[in-house]
Amino acid sequence: MRDLSLHLLDLAENSVRAKASLVEIDVSVNEEKWITMTLKDDGCGMDKELLERVMSPFGTTRTTRKVGLGIPLMAQNARLTGGDVTLESTPGVGTVLKATLDGKSIDCLPMGDLAGTVVSLVTANPDTPDFLLTCSSPKGSMSFDTREIRQALGDEVSLNEPEISMWMLESLREELQPIFGGMIL
Amino acid sequence: MKSMAELEAIRQRTLQRINLRREDEDKNVRVVVGMATCGIAAGARPVMMKFMDEINTRGLSQVTVSQTGCIGMCRLEPMVDVYMPGKEKVTYVHMTPEKVGRVVAEHIVNGRPVTEYTIGAAEDK
Repeated sequence: MRDLSLHLLDLAENSVRAKASLVEIDVSVNEEKWITMTLKDDGCGMDKELLERVMSPFGTTRTTRKVGLGIPLMAQNARLTGGDVTLESTPGVGTVLKATLDGKSIDCLPMGDLAGTVVSLVTANPDTPDFLLTCSSPKGSMSFDTREIRQALGDEVSLNEPEISMWMLESLREELQPIFGGMIL
Repeated sequence: MKSMAELEAIRQRTLQRINLRREDEDKNVRVVVGMATCGIAAGARPVMMKFMDEINTRGLSQVTVSQTGCIGMCRLEPMVDVYMPGKEKVTYVHMTPEKVGRVVAEHIVNGRPVTEYTIGAAEDK
């Protein structure tokens, strides 16, 4: 993956496949430039045995082949900076994935286009789940909730109408720029 | 956040387009982007965003964009399938945002697939 936002897109797809109804993505940068990315879903969750398996490149729920690289790749990129990935999951309740990275490390990937990540998630999964993005840094904070947009649009208009996707993309970029400015490529 | 009033105006316009789509159901076009780990790592996200942008700019109300997982040809990602009514599926490989413009203009609007970007052309090499 070329940047952190692509990792988030990839990992959030796991939540979609776990049949979550709400996927919460939080990206926070603290004063020491440590980045914490938390992905929380209320999907089907994983039992202990699977939880251990998905951290390995050779663990996956797929039946078509034997590799699953999403989580291992994220863990590798976090560990390169001195950070790590932790996973907590309860079957039937949901999963929380937390990645910490040292933003000062030369090996830390850039943040990338978080707005693009959220909008492609919404575009590809317009009906369910809902997505909640919260971001904060010493420069400010924001939140974006598809439930609010869904409510404003009513039942007839889908969230993946091109004009709505583009509106979300622009408004997210506008809001994220002052918070992560310089970290966004 | 850009204003909610703006969203309301978009909603009104979109409702009109949705009605148009219902009347012309047999003309609906589907664009499916591969968005598994392999697709994302190869650059599927900007490709999908470029499709949304082009479709929006051209006001193509009968086109919908969706995603699929990994189909086992990771080396050809980003891959995009285009389903035109009454035609066979066309699979594009190694897609980039730059290629999207031509696919939309020549294939989706004018009905002529861009042969050189298709999986058939890539496999012949």
